[in-house]
Parts: sequence; C-alpha cells; structure tokens
Amino acid sequence: MKPFVLNVALAAMVMSCASSTASRAAWEPVRPVEFIVPAGTGGGADQMARTIQGIVTKHNLMKQPLVVINKAGGAGGEGFLDVKTSANNPHKIIITLSNLFTTPLATGIPFNWKDLTPVAMLALDEFVLWVNAEKPYSSVKDYIDAAKKAPSGSFKMGGTGSKQEDQIITVGIEKAIDAKFTYIPYKGGGEVAVQLVGNHVDSTVNNPIEAVAQWRGGKLRPLCVFDAQPMAYDEPIADGKAWKDIPTCKSQGLAMEYLMLRGIFMSPKATKDQVEYYVELFKKVRATPEWQDFMKSGAFNTTFLTGADYAKWIEAEEKRHQDLMKEAGFLASN
Amino acid sequence: MEELANLFHGFAVALQPYNIMLMVIGITLGVIIGVLPGLGGANGVAILLPLTFSMPPTSAIIMLSCIYWGALFGGAITSILFNIPGEPWSVATTFDGYPMAQQGKPGEALTAAFTSSFVGALFAVIMITLVAPLVASFALRFGPAEKFAVYFLAFCSFVGLSKEPPFKTIAAMMIGFALAAVGLDSITGQLRLTFGVTELLNGFDFLIAVIGLFGIGEILLTMEEGLAFRGGKASINLRVVLQTWRELPGYWMTSLRSCLIGCWMGVTPAGATPASFMSYGIAKRLARRGNNFGKGEVEGVIAPETAAHAAGTAALLPMLSLGVPGSPTAAVLLGGLLIWGLQPGPMLFVEQKEFVWGLIASMYLGNLAGLIVVLTCVPIFAAILRVPFGIIAPLILVLCAIGAYSVHNSTFDVMLMLVFGVIGYLLKKCNYPLAPLVLAIVLGDKAEEAFRQSLLGSQGSLGVFFSNGLVSTIMALGLVALFWSAIQEGYSRLRMSMA
Repeated sequence: MKPFVLNVALAAMVMSCASSTASRAAWEPVRPVEFIVPAGTGGGADQMARTIQGIVTKHNLMKQPLVVINKAGGAGGEGFLDVKTSANNPHKIIITLSNLFTTPLATGIPFNWKDLTPVAMLALDEFVLWVNAEKPYSSVKDYIDAAKKAPSGSFKMGGTGSKQEDQIITVGIEKAIDAKFTYIPYKGGGEVAVQLVGNHVDSTVNNPIEAVAQWRGGKLRPLCVFDAQPMAYDEPIADGKAWKDIPTCKSQGLAMEYLMLRGIFMSPKATKDQVEYYVELFKKVRATPEWQDFMKSGAFNTTFLTGADYAKWIEAEEKRHQDLMKEAGFLASN
Repeated sequence: MEELANLFHGFAVALQPYNIMLMVIGITLGVIIGVLPGLGGANGVAILLPLTFSMPPTSAIIMLSCIYWGALFGGAITSILFNIPGEPWSVATTFDGYPMAQQGKPGEALTAAFTSSFVGALFAVIMITLVAPLVASFALRFGPAEKFAVYFLAFCSFVGLSKEPPFKTIAAMMIGFALAAVGLDSITGQLRLTFGVTELLNGFDFLIAVIGLFGIGEILLTMEEGLAFRGGKASINLRVVLQTWRELPGYWMTSLRSCLIGCWMGVTPAGATPASFMSYGIAKRLARRGNNFGKGEVEGVIAPETAAHAAGTAALLPMLSLGVPGSPTAAVLLGGLLIWGLQPGPMLFVEQKEFVWGLIASMYLGNLAGLIVVLTCVPIFAAILRVPFGIIAPLILVLCAIGAYSVHNSTFDVMLMLVFGVIGYLLKKCNYPLAPLVLAIVLGDKAEEAFRQSLLGSQGSLGVFFSNGLVSTIMALGLVALFWSAIQEGYSRLRMSMA
C-alpha cells in the first residue's frame, strides 16, 4: 500500500505545481492532448483533424503532442459521450460535424452540446447538388423537372448516413420542389460520389472535397450550392469553371440553405485560460499556408467564430436542426 | 509501352537510397504492428502519418505503403504461432497454420505463409501495372446489389463448401449475425439491441471478438490439456525454408486460384478478409487433400495468405483511381494523399505520373524487401515456441488485453474479450466451428447494409439481385456453392444409374 500512497502524494504535488504555474502564466497542456473525431477514418472531419495534427507537428505549435483518435460508434455518439464524461480534463478536444445535433436528436442518447465547452468554429462545409455528367440536365430547372416527372420514389438520392445532414437536405429539397425521392444512405462521402459516377443513384449533395476529383475527371456535374452566396474560390477546376461559378440553389429556384459546422469543443468545466489556449492555437493553425491550401481544396466557407458569438451561432443552429428534423419525422421516439 | 517507360521511371524513383531506407524502416515497423493484435495496419499508419508530412509525397507514400505490406506479413506470425490473428484477414491462416506449428512445423508454416503472401501481392501488382484503367471502370459497376451478391457468395461458399455439418456452420453463423446487428442501424439511424448501454453504441468490434474467441479460447484449451505447447522443439534453419520452397510450386493451382479471388475481391471493394475466407473455403473443397484441411495442411495456409495479400494490394487500385478505399488502411492512406495535396481520382494517373508509378514500383520492391526481412526472421519467430508455456501464456494474455484495449481505448472491451474467450472455449468443446461466426461478425453488417440499400433502390423488389448479367452471375455462383454437396451427390447418383 505504501508505494501507492507515495505515488499519489507525488502526483498531487506535481499537479499542484502545474496548477500554480498555470495560475501565474497562461494555461498550457502538460501531457498529450487527445483530439477526438466522432467519425470514421478518411471522412471529412477526420481529414480536417489529421491536417491540423500535421500542421501543429510541422510548425511546432504545441509543446505536447496532439493525438487524433477516432470514436465513430453510434453515429459519433461514442465520441461525444467520451468527452462529456471527461469533465475537468483539459487535455481532450473534439472536432464536430452536424452529428453534434443530429445524433442525440435521432438516437435519443443522453447528450447535448451544452454538456461540452465551445472553443471555436474553424470553418463551415458547403454542400453542392451533384449529378452524373452523362445526364442531360445541365441546370437546376432541368433537374427539378426530371425529378418531378419521375414516378414518385423512383428518383434516388445518395448520401452519407441516416437522419444526418445529407438526408435533412434531401427532405428540404423534396419539400421545396414537391417531389418524392428515395434516399439511400452510405457509409462515407467518397463512396457516395462513386455511386453517382456509377449511376447507382441519380443525384447527391456531396461536400466539395468529396466530389472534386470526379468533377475534374469530367464524371460529375455540380448544379448549385446550398449557401446564401456563391463560394469564394475562383481558380478554374474543370471546363474553365471554378467553385465561384456554381450558382446558389436559391437563385435557381430551389429554396434550401445548409452549411455544416466544423468546430472545436473541449471537455466540460474548462477554465477561461484553457479555452483561450486552444483559441490561440487554432488562430495560429489558420494562419499557416497549409491550412489555407486545405480550405481551398475543399472550397470551405472560412467563417471563424469564438466565445459568445460561437455559442449564439450553435444555439440558433440547434433550434434549426430540431425544427428540420421534427418536420422530417427524424426525432427519436422515446 | 508508355506504361512500361513510366514504370521504369518509377523504379528509378523508388531505388534512391533515401527511399530504400524508408522502405526497410516501413517494413520493420509494419511487421511489429502486424504482430501486435488490435493495433493493426490502419491504426499503425494513422499514428505514423504525421511523421511523413515533412517528406516529399512519393517518399511518404513509399514508407506508409511499406508499413502496410509489413502489417500484412506480420499478421500471419501470431496467427500461426499462437492462434491469435493480428489482423482480420489472418483469421483463416490460423485454421491450418496453428495446427502445423503444433505439429512441430512452424518454420514450414511461416515460410509458406510469407512466400504465398509475396506471390499474391506480386500477382496483384502486375495486374495493377497492366490493367489499371480497365479495372477502375469495372469497379464502378458495383452498386449495392452487386456488393451484396459478393458477400452472399462468401457466406454460401462457407456453408456449402465446409466439411462441418451444415447446421452447425449455420448456427455459428447466425450467432455472428446477431452480434453484428448490435449498435447503430446505418439505414434508419436508430440504435439496435443496445438496451441503453452506451458501451454497446459501437456494436461488437470484430477484433475484440477474434482476440477473445481465438487467443483467450486457445489459452483456456491449452491449460486444460496440461499447460504445454505441442511440438515446440522443432529446429528451424535455412534448410526448412529451402525445402518448403521446393514443395510450394506443387500447389500452383491453389495459388493461381487464390490470386484471382484476391484480386477480384480487392478491386470490388470487398477487401482482404472475405477474400481469405473464400479462398480457404474453395481450396478446402477442391484440393486433393482437402479432407486434411484444418489439421495442418500447408495448402490451407497458402490459400488464405495468397488471397489476402492479392486483395490487400489490389485494394489500393480503387483508392488511387476512384478515391474509394478498399480497406481501412487504404482509407487512412487516402487521408494522407489529401494532406500531401494529391487528389485521388481519375485524374491522378494523368497529373501525378511520378507519384503513381513511384508507388507502383515501390509495391514490387517493398514486397521483395518485406519477404527478405520476414524470412530472415523466421528462426527467431519460431524460436518463441520454445519458451515454456508458463512464461509465454501470461505474456500472450497481456498482449491480448493490450490489443483489445487499444481498439477503442476502453476497459469494457477487455472484459468483453474475456467473455468471448469463454464463449470460444465452450464452442470449441461442443465442436462448433468458429470461422463462420467470425465471418458473420465481419461481414454481417456490411451485407445487411448492401441488402437494404439495394431494396431501397428497387423499392422492395428482390428482382434487383438478378437485374443484370454481373449481379445474376455472382448470385448464381453463390447458390451453386451453397448447394454444392447436393449437386455433387446428385451428379454421382446420376452417373451410377447411367452405368
């Protein structure tokens, strides 16, 4: 028993030293920081987390290592619950996607974003309406006409996950144009894009980064973007067209807007100093050329929010998801 | 001819001293990762990925893909020596590899496994070199219905071609399906069979089940039989390697068949695990000494290893040309490509020639380097068996526990592993085959997903599984495999009555 007691005493001393330095200077991690990804390897959130990890390592932005861990179980519920139960552990941060809202609403797991401490919004991910390039419709109007003409339910929309962002947008489109689609859920965005290239589905709402390679290869055609303004990037991608040249869906008569949060949260009960440390860290990450290249390759919306603005944005977005999912009948029945 | 010129240019890139050094480091790391159960190629590559960000992309992919080859090689080692598959695709290797090790032939088993891995990979690389663009467009024809048909074929060939009583096989498979159903239902987005236990959100991870069923189950059995490894006293040296090599060409038919199965399963992104199972099942039925399978037949090691490696290598092709990873490790490599600023997809072969052909050349060289590294280590690996059981068993237990823990960093999984160990022991005692159970856990949810996606698309009509030539052919093959015994019996009766 004795060595154990000694160890505890030592650990307590070390900890008190650490916290006393922390109260004097700004807080800094004293051991490796776990960077949780509530999604599988290779997906959009995972790519972003691993890019950040690479940037932090390359530019020496942290004294302690940043370790990416995937906890994808239960549509990300595994990751959120893990961070929720790590109160007072400032060495755990999580990157979120829309499943921050959709997973608890659809499955009823005991989690709400207010259980975590918001750190910063890194970017917003765009959604684009894609069709196979062999298909005759070259504008949103052609597409809507074709979807309306097809027998009810025979028009197939492919997307990532069930009762998540892609299906929410699909329901929104159905409502906006008064047609009935069959939504087919797949595991990952890359797979969805390839299913569209192989003509196994009729359209998708892939994020730019998931479908850009197929666009450049002349296999897919973007019709419109689900944002209030066109995307900012004017470098030509395919056929002399740039992301900027894709019109907004609204301007083409398809009234649906949707952007997905790529934000950072940390464990509950984090102090102001701790949040401040991560905010500064991500400001440094955003200033690197690697990050800007990454934003460009995925045509991200680079809005950056922290503090009260960020919390307010999340609150409004939670309300919106609740309404959208209620209308679509996606809420957990318990 | 342009491809050949590109390939030679690729060799020039891969043969730079810096890249050769990375190759050997990668292989060695990969073997270590493959040996540790639970760590696995995908995790290993993910952990090491940030190390490569400062390298040029071609060097980085050479090192990472070598870790991948190393993990593929390494997975066979613990399967053969301790009956613990380090990787999902080495499960089928345990069926005959472990009995061989127990009969005092671990050197033969390891040599056969490594050599056939090399043959499988080489075959797949040659295929990639020759027909890359063609294969990519073939993979595009695989929608949900076609994918389901492939899984269906894997299940059927296991039931129909197995020598076990079919009902025991089916019973074990059904337990596997039930376990696979736990967790999130990916079609409706609802939780299933979790009973409010948050640890079960993720369902039962395949690796936990395998480490428990095989690793812990085996230790329990050995304890009951008197705490000793049988046949641990074999002497292993270069002679064994050469002698095994002399025997291997005799199994060319099995090798070729396994290569083809592997390439096909790797390209249609079904992956290495079903490839190894299917190849083993078919070899068992068609080989001359098929009745001896499961008792330590070298052909039973060749078949799954060749197929797993052919599939593992071929899986890189859809990743490069379509951006769809054929295996979890390929998925992590895909993330790496994006970070290096390379966009996988149809344009990669056109725009990044140096990178693509450098990678393909490194597949040839990396596998050769891998074979040399692991073969020189065969005596060391096999010598592990000479350590007394009383020392090695606790070590294996610890290794299993670490492996189970590292899958999700969760102690719940370690408990689960022990429970699976007891289940594995009981099933073995009652002579239920474990392989179909494992197969069903691995492929059960994927098959279910593909099945339901197909039915969503066809609005509920089963006709979708016979809607075109490709899917009908695969389904028909599956049905033939399922009723193979009955067909064979009917045929011989017919011949009897004719005579």
